[in-house]
Amino acid sequence: MLCPFVEEFIPTPVGPIPRVATTVSHRDRWGTIGARIGLIRRNYKVAPGLYAVGTPGAGSPVLVTANYKLTFDSLRHRLGNIDAWLLVVDTRGINVWCAAGKGSFSSEEVIRGVEQARLAEVVSHRRLILPQLAATGVTARAVRRGCGFDVLFGPVRAEDLPAFLRHDHQADETMRTVTFTMAERAVLIPVELFLLAKPLLAVLCLGPLLSGIGPGLFSPAAALERGLILLAATVAGIGAGAVLTPLALPRLPGRQFWIKGILAVLPVALCLWLLFAHRLTPIEQAAMLLWTATVSSYLAMQFTGSTPFTSPSGVEYEMRRGLPVQLAAACLGLGLWLAAPFLANGGG
Amino acid sequence: MRGYRYIDGVVTLRVDRQRCVGCGACVQVCPHRLFSLDEGVLALRDADLCMECGACARNCPVEAITVSPGVGCAVAILAAWINRLTGRKVLSDCC
Ligand code: SF4
Ligand code: SF4
Repeated sequence: MLCPFVEEFIPTPVGPIPRVATTVSHRDRWGTIGARIGLIRRNYKVAPGLYAVGTPGAGSPVLVTANYKLTFDSLRHRLGNIDAWLLVVDTRGINVWCAAGKGSFSSEEVIRGVEQARLAEVVSHRRLILPQLAATGVTARAVRRGCGFDVLFGPVRAEDLPAFLRHDHQADETMRTVTFTMAERAVLIPVELFLLAKPLLAVLCLGPLLSGIGPGLFSPAAALERGLILLAATVAGIGAGAVLTPLALPRLPGRQFWIKGILAVLPVALCLWLLFAHRLTPIEQAAMLLWTATVSSYLAMQFTGSTPFTSPSGVEYEMRRGLPVQLAAACLGLGLWLAAPFLANGGG
Repeated sequence: MRGYRYIDGVVTLRVDRQRCVGCGACVQVCPHRLFSLDEGVLALRDADLCMECGACARNCPVEAITVSPGVGCAVAILAAWINRLTGRKVLSDCC
């Protein structure tokens, strides 16, 4: 079946090669939205192999990329009127950065791609342009040894490729530096939230159950009232840890993310307290705030996985400090929440 | 990457200048621009900015750079801890 982004086939010495569109179609747009909000998690792939943009010839550059459809799209959509070959490597449908880090965007995979596409028969030169971030998984020397092609690491971002190609394959410092702008951070938030749907559902079910337990065994009224407050506290924690923390990341003081998550929770916790304090005992208020802070702190720590500047040594360092605190705070918070009805009764 | 700084003094990056042959591979690949070559002599600025991606060490032809590479992701590290603790693959990591 012909993929919608393939315009036609162009003849080459190794047979017809699909030429792909550089324009954004409605289908691409919906696919991108789906992948960004986490509806399409896996399996948003293109078939590995050689593709053409424009009308490339034997001397045209070869751009190597991952077979995650979002990666492939963001590359071809930026190539406007450039003539080039795209060599899509089988990275199991994972983006360049993650695939290189996990070993599926590797020297071996690039060599296999070059050989399977019989690239040496299609182009007369012996040079591949790889995204710079692929260098984490690809050794330039190994590729040369394996298939005779030189590897040139191009810019970090696909949007800089046209300028890179125009300037005789020279990348300036800006093109070689990773960034983590507001837009780059914001785009990550929907997937994080989508992944939290299941835990949130658990709170929705378990919250009222736990909240209803009291001196009179179980109170449906308390279950509803306190269960909803627990749910609100959880949502507030998610907002602080998975939305506010990513957005305000460079402005939040401190280095460790679990601490940033606690700082981000302060304004949210204040709102929560103003909203619900009058309906809760002091013990319940403390429990609610502890729980909210824990959720935020944990989710902020989890966001380390999405940033391009946190070293694994650093993440381990902060987890050894943050996790015990979070665990203790969660237990204390839930314990107080459960105990509160009994204490209130006992105290008169 | 202005405005971002992670934890100081934990990074495993080590550079052995004696071995370096000045090929420039590390200068090219580092996404945090930690290396530069000045008349063939390698300079390293602010190692604390390193995210331990391993691109430099992997592409150095003479093993002048060592770093213990990995993904700086709490979920992946937690999964590795739990899997090691239980000896089974209980959790799978991210991305
Ligand atoms: S490991 Fe990565 S971030 Fe660290 S110096 Fe090497 S290339 Fe740069
Ligand atoms: S890659 Fe290795 S040999 Fe080349 S400049 Fe860097 S440290 Fe020196």
